[in-house]
Amino acid sequence: MQNFLAAAALQAMLLAASPIFPAVPAHAAEATVKIDNFTFAPQRLTVKADTTVRWENEDDIPHNIASTSKLVRSKVLDTHDSFSFTFTVPGVYEYFCALHPHMTGRIVVEAATEADNVQ
Amino acid sequence: MTDHGHNTEKAREGVSRRKVLECMTWAGTGVLWTISGGVPRSLGLIDQAMAQDAPGLTFLQISDSHVGFDRPANPNALGTLEEAVNRVKALPVRPAFMLHTGDITHLSKASEFDDADRLISQARLDVHYVPGEHDVIDEEMKLYRERYGRGTKGAGWYSFDANGVHFVGLVNVVDLKAGGLGNLGNEQLEWLESDLKGRTASTPVVVFAHIPLWTIYPEWGWGTEDSARALTYLKRFGSVTVLNGHIHQVMQKIEGNIAFHCARSTAFPQPAPGAAPSPGPMRVPDDKLRSMLGVTNVTFRRGQQRLAIVDTPLQS
Repeated sequence: MQNFLAAAALQAMLLAASPIFPAVPAHAAEATVKIDNFTFAPQRLTVKADTTVRWENEDDIPHNIASTSKLVRSKVLDTHDSFSFTFTVPGVYEYFCALHPHMTGRIVVEAATEADNVQ
Repeated sequence: MTDHGHNTEKAREGVSRRKVLECMTWAGTGVLWTISGGVPRSLGLIDQAMAQDAPGLTFLQISDSHVGFDRPANPNALGTLEEAVNRVKALPVRPAFMLHTGDITHLSKASEFDDADRLISQARLDVHYVPGEHDVIDEEMKLYRERYGRGTKGAGWYSFDANGVHFVGLVNVVDLKAGGLGNLGNEQLEWLESDLKGRTASTPVVVFAHIPLWTIYPEWGWGTEDSARALTYLKRFGSVTVLNGHIHQVMQKIEGNIAFHCARSTAFPQPAPGAAPSPGPMRVPDDKLRSMLGVTNVTFRRGQQRLAIVDTPLQS
């Protein structure tokens, strides 16, 4: 019981502390890529570092997301399933659907500037 | 299919392509093709032909059953698979065995594999499978391998012989490359070369794989990147038949001694190449759906170096 109380107290402290040290940056950006008709839209997307890209499958057929660098590989997304990945390192990320490899896309991640961090 | 001018010996000796198309229009069912010296020629309609010719070897191809698919193009893919199996059970000539050219399931779920097996086993035929891209979705294609991988090599390729015909099942749905098509890979191609080596050129060969082994429409991924190398190993054989699925429609091509053929799906139709924005499931009126789904029957006649491929829709 004592352990439980101690744990609860610790948790309360952590919760109280969380606004000071947020796990997710307040400025975290998001972007969406829709999958439909065997295409990624937009096919080319440019985002700032730390952006979470969310792929949403609106097609009647399952698809997935696999980057050629093997950094990103989603499970197969059935209709209405989605997958998110946060890009922290600037660079060019080519990806495709491992089931239908003629479907390709690209995410360009740019370095976040100082202006982006001051919100 | 009674007295329509086609059901005669004369019709069996050869009718024009136009006449054949007319037959198809009025009968709405399969036409039996014989391929002799690379030239396809119609023999007549399926039931008549099958009744009159004592076949050397008849086997069946089903494809793209997509068990688990429930989208508007066919909310009951399991039901249409059952109808296909019932068609198989009712065939006047019992096939020696069945080939399934992949996409057994829609999402590689254990329950989908189980449902597919429960129905397909009702045909009471040996079934030789190759996987489609929808069957290898789970980690390391564990579920497919557990069920169908025994005695196969690599990702599931193998060969066997029946009635003097050599059958080769190939896998072209794994390790696909960005921007590419279906893929056989070096290991499988080397295996194919050695598998065919030493066989006499008079051995009829049937190759079956999910994605077409000839380039139909690369914009939709309808082809296999490295199939040309496979075909060079097959070229010296007098009779080669390549059976594929994946594109959910009947399509055929003759190139030298090689006859290519794609079968219908039992689940949903797909558009003709380029006829729609994407190759996705095609919605058709309910009363048309079964005319676009079906099974394929293949017959070899010994000593005649000819084969007959008959596509039969679930409903004419």
